[in-house]
Amino acid sequence: MSPWLEKQFHLIDFTLASLARRKTRNLGLLVVYTLLVFVLASLTLYSNALRSEAKHVLAGSPEVILQRMVAGRHDLIPPGYLDKIGRIRGVQKKEGRLWGYYYDPVLNANYTFMARPASEVADGMIMVGEALARERGLAKNNTISFRSYSGKLFTFEVAAVLSPDSELLSADLVLLSEDDFRRFFEYPDGHYTDIALSVANPQEVRNVAAKLTAALPDSRPILREEVQRTYQSVFDWREGILLTVLAGAILAFAILAWEKASGLSAEEKREIGILKAIGWETGDVIRMKVWEGLLISLTAFLGGFLAAYVHVFHFGAAVFAPVLKGWSVLYPKFALVPAVDGLQVATLFFFTVFPYTAAILVPIWRAAITDPDAVMR
Amino acid sequence: MLRPSTLALSIIGLLACAVLGILAFSGLLTAAHQPRLDANRELVTRLGLTDLALFTEARYTRHPSQADLHSALQDHPGAFDHFPSGALLAPPAHLTRLHSDTHEPVAGKTVSPD
Repeated sequence: MSPWLEKQFHLIDFTLASLARRKTRNLGLLVVYTLLVFVLASLTLYSNALRSEAKHVLAGSPEVILQRMVAGRHDLIPPGYLDKIGRIRGVQKKEGRLWGYYYDPVLNANYTFMARPASEVADGMIMVGEALARERGLAKNNTISFRSYSGKLFTFEVAAVLSPDSELLSADLVLLSEDDFRRFFEYPDGHYTDIALSVANPQEVRNVAAKLTAALPDSRPILREEVQRTYQSVFDWREGILLTVLAGAILAFAILAWEKASGLSAEEKREIGILKAIGWETGDVIRMKVWEGLLISLTAFLGGFLAAYVHVFHFGAAVFAPVLKGWSVLYPKFALVPAVDGLQVATLFFFTVFPYTAAILVPIWRAAITDPDAVMR
Repeated sequence: MLRPSTLALSIIGLLACAVLGILAFSGLLTAAHQPRLDANRELVTRLGLTDLALFTEARYTRHPSQADLHSALQDHPGAFDHFPSGALLAPPAHLTRLHSDTHEPVAGKTVSPD
């Protein structure tokens, strides 16, 4: 072993013995430090996993959704509206969508009803989301009745329950045929809820949206990138809310760590004085304290991060899920994709390990350059 | 007898290897979820879905991306938010955008002032 390496090992041995002399204090600091990293890492990992999931699946949503606005409110698309869009260049496919909400007094929950072509869902049949099926106790071939807003009772047979893997998207979904949808909601013929547009060239989407706004001034195009941005900001917002709640704890730790790292106790000062008196160089004292900072902060960071990873991806982030996921009567069950963003981990490392190690240096250097006799008195 | 330094560095080394392993194999770990993600994206494309089914209690929480520009003030200007999950949704982007950025017209938004 090289003399330099041997020296470092001896320094670490000495540092550990020194830490062991103030066992309770240092263990307490390590536990609090690890907990703080655990909380911050859990938050980052959970939000990042939700963001990745939303980004990936919503990349398949329509390029443009066209709504019609009347008096500032979303209104139905009247007949003939679709034909006007046909003349706009770049629009590859246009499809009127039929969907709406239904309040079910049995569950006190809202369902999203969506019409599908007869080739997918036959008249009198429905396909339902897993969360809805679970809450209403439905299975394939069961029948269920809904009282429409006009007071009529409609009975449907469940043709299929949508895959539980898609719960995040389809928890409250009820797919039914277009004829059933129009009958159930008494939707006027030829009217649609909104229009989904396919644009062949992604570079053209904004131009198409601008042309749509010019051609149909009462319309409001919603671009896919806006949809994706909405979800990025939803999860950013929640991460921010929790960080704000935790700000007090983070500041408390910052004060504790700063006080521990920058203010030397009389005992520590005497220890430095003795070390210098028996021949330690200033550099050695500083190296020893840097090792102390690194040992504590690295153990806390690595332990906290690993605990957070297990907590988020193996235990479903049980501690923070209620705040980050939110709640509703029909809440979907979903597994998180263990997506880890290297930049976020690096940022967390920089803001937890670096300040603590750096805060140690100044007071140690100041104590280490002072006359040993003065320090020991 | 193991030196304390060897023991401490071994523990830190093991923890560091585990963290680096997670970072290095993050792609592989997510690959197991790829079929589910792809199936969900296919469902989104087929049904033309636009939103996650997280909160179903109101139009602007079930479909935040499709809600009008005034949500959560959808009932009348200055109306309070009815649902607690509204607190978990970000305010519309145009409310939090810096004033200096607003001169750039955003396609898909109304041209007249909101």
